[in-house]
Amino acid sequence: MSHLAAVSGVVGKPALNIAIFAFFVLVSLAIAVSAAGSNRTTTDYYAGGHAFSGRQNGIAIGGDYLSAASFLGIAGLIALNGYDGFLYSIGFLAGWLVVLMLVAGPLRNTGRYTTADVLDLRLRAVPVRAAAAVSTLTVSLFYLLAQMAGAGALVSLLLGVRSGAGQDATVAAVGLLMIFYVLVGGMKGTTWVQIVKASLLAVGAAVVTVWVLAKAGFSLSALLGHAAAASPAGRAVLGPGLLYGVSTASKLNFISLSLALVLGVAGLPHVLMRLYTVPDAAQARRSVVWAICLVGGFYLCTLVLGFGAMWLVGAKQIEAAPGKENSAVPLLAFHLGGTVLLGIIAAVAFATILAVVAGLTITASASFAHDVYAGVIRRGEADPGQEVRVARITAVVIGAVAVIGGIFAKDVDVAFLVALAFAIAASANLPSILYSFFWPRFTARGALWSIYGGLISAVGLIIFSPVVSGNATALGAGPSLITDPHVDFAFFPLDNPGIVSIPLAFFLGWLGSVTDKQPADPVRFARMQVRALTGVGAERSSRG
Amino acid sequence: MPLSQESSRGNASGYEIVYASREFRTLRRRLGSFVVPATVLFLGWYFLYVLTATFAPGFMRTSVFGYVNAGLCFGATQFVAVFAITMGYRRWARRNLDPMSQRLRQRLETGRKR
Repeated sequence: MSHLAAVSGVVGKPALNIAIFAFFVLVSLAIAVSAAGSNRTTTDYYAGGHAFSGRQNGIAIGGDYLSAASFLGIAGLIALNGYDGFLYSIGFLAGWLVVLMLVAGPLRNTGRYTTADVLDLRLRAVPVRAAAAVSTLTVSLFYLLAQMAGAGALVSLLLGVRSGAGQDATVAAVGLLMIFYVLVGGMKGTTWVQIVKASLLAVGAAVVTVWVLAKAGFSLSALLGHAAAASPAGRAVLGPGLLYGVSTASKLNFISLSLALVLGVAGLPHVLMRLYTVPDAAQARRSVVWAICLVGGFYLCTLVLGFGAMWLVGAKQIEAAPGKENSAVPLLAFHLGGTVLLGIIAAVAFATILAVVAGLTITASASFAHDVYAGVIRRGEADPGQEVRVARITAVVIGAVAVIGGIFAKDVDVAFLVALAFAIAASANLPSILYSFFWPRFTARGALWSIYGGLISAVGLIIFSPVVSGNATALGAGPSLITDPHVDFAFFPLDNPGIVSIPLAFFLGWLGSVTDKQPADPVRFARMQVRALTGVGAERSSRG
Repeated sequence: MPLSQESSRGNASGYEIVYASREFRTLRRRLGSFVVPATVLFLGWYFLYVLTATFAPGFMRTSVFGYVNAGLCFGATQFVAVFAITMGYRRWARRNLDPMSQRLRQRLETGRKR
């Protein structure tokens, strides 16, 4: 217990932290309620009436995207492993160019609320809509799990909640809050929460970054020198290889991860769904430009935050803290600005988790209600009011599932879990989206093969990887979920399945299409591409 | 294919006419002429970085100035490349893409009402 007491002495006063937390939560709830509006129609509930400007939506996308994985996870990875953590920042950012140039405009022009809308316009096949919904739900749930795990770790660090039951209760509280945001706020309320949160996060990160740089005399070289001197690995932390350079498998794992990151962004359903909250394709593009600026600036900060934590906090203390690397930034804040800064930074991180979780929930509930219920079960005959009702019920169910999953996953590194969600997104979602915009011979069969092939191979390889069992070979990114060393059914040596599942999904999409006895309909492709590139027929405000 | 006869037979032919028109083909070619090289370029640059970090870590550790090494500079160029392509695309699309797609859209929309 003395060890825990020492740690809790480090993280400030729980009472003050709780007060700052409560303040942030109340403010964000007030925003969600006041911005909500009526939310009776599907367009209001799913897409905020398509009424946000490109800049507003861009900041909100940044808010959706800069999750706890970015703020806590990446900086923590850099703090412990140095340079290799930097790859996450670069991959998470570079992937945005795919969204900007290949996906944003056409997606906004051809869909209403979900990516399945796009595939449906191109292929007109109910099974494809169902498949797209299944993959959307899977990716959202993986991502949710990561966020809930982050919430548990953060709260245990900051609120002095040490007991397992106490942590579980906080995860449950996060779930309840998020359900509230989504039910009351809909897309409009959630978007405003994202905008406020993204601004807070940007300011918070910038303040700590400048503070760290000032301590190093505004010399990046000096900062790196201090960090290397403080690290047990010495100067090696400044170069690649500490985390991913050990063996051939870990090198391959690094390449696999980088592939998943750069191609995953354009398959993330909660990011893509945000593109529908603006009036047209030009605004969608503008939102992505804003998002890239925000996200890029932020990731430059994580480099300083990570090396700053390595220098000022030290690996030993980070490793000893509950939540391990996820707590590097809060500990850094405490070192710099004491209890108050710690409380503020932690509350920002908490708001981040809440907002991202709400964004994911609304995406998943839209996918279920719009695609599965209205599209597949009712074959497009559902009454919009009924559809929104189903979406709300789904949000509650997803909240419950996320709480249960979060309780199980609370000790896994957040950035790492998110990387798995990226791998699934890049495999199951991206190929069919790109094929439907740009490949005339794409057929429904190709879509089914690509979506299910990508989904099953990605999830399957994760199950049979060191992530789940046989943690003796876990590649530095955290131990297996099954901690019993006797249980080992891992045969896939890499943590991240991207290098296999992404090319496979593209290949299956091609193979399924060219071997399809029913060839693609050229009229439908013509209509798809004309709509995608010109925006004719795109839904602008509230068409029935 | 009975499905292709549903709803928008009339519109579909309008789409086909636009699809086959020279202006639409120009639009598509223009889009490709920016997007394809830019995508190849940035993905190539990105994977070059990843592969260098993986297989030539010694090079990445070469000092450039003080404690700042080649790996860090290479990483920084990734940020620069992303920002540069983003801004370049934004400018280019506004000038070369938007007016043309707007014209086509208006033509289709007025044509449909008649």
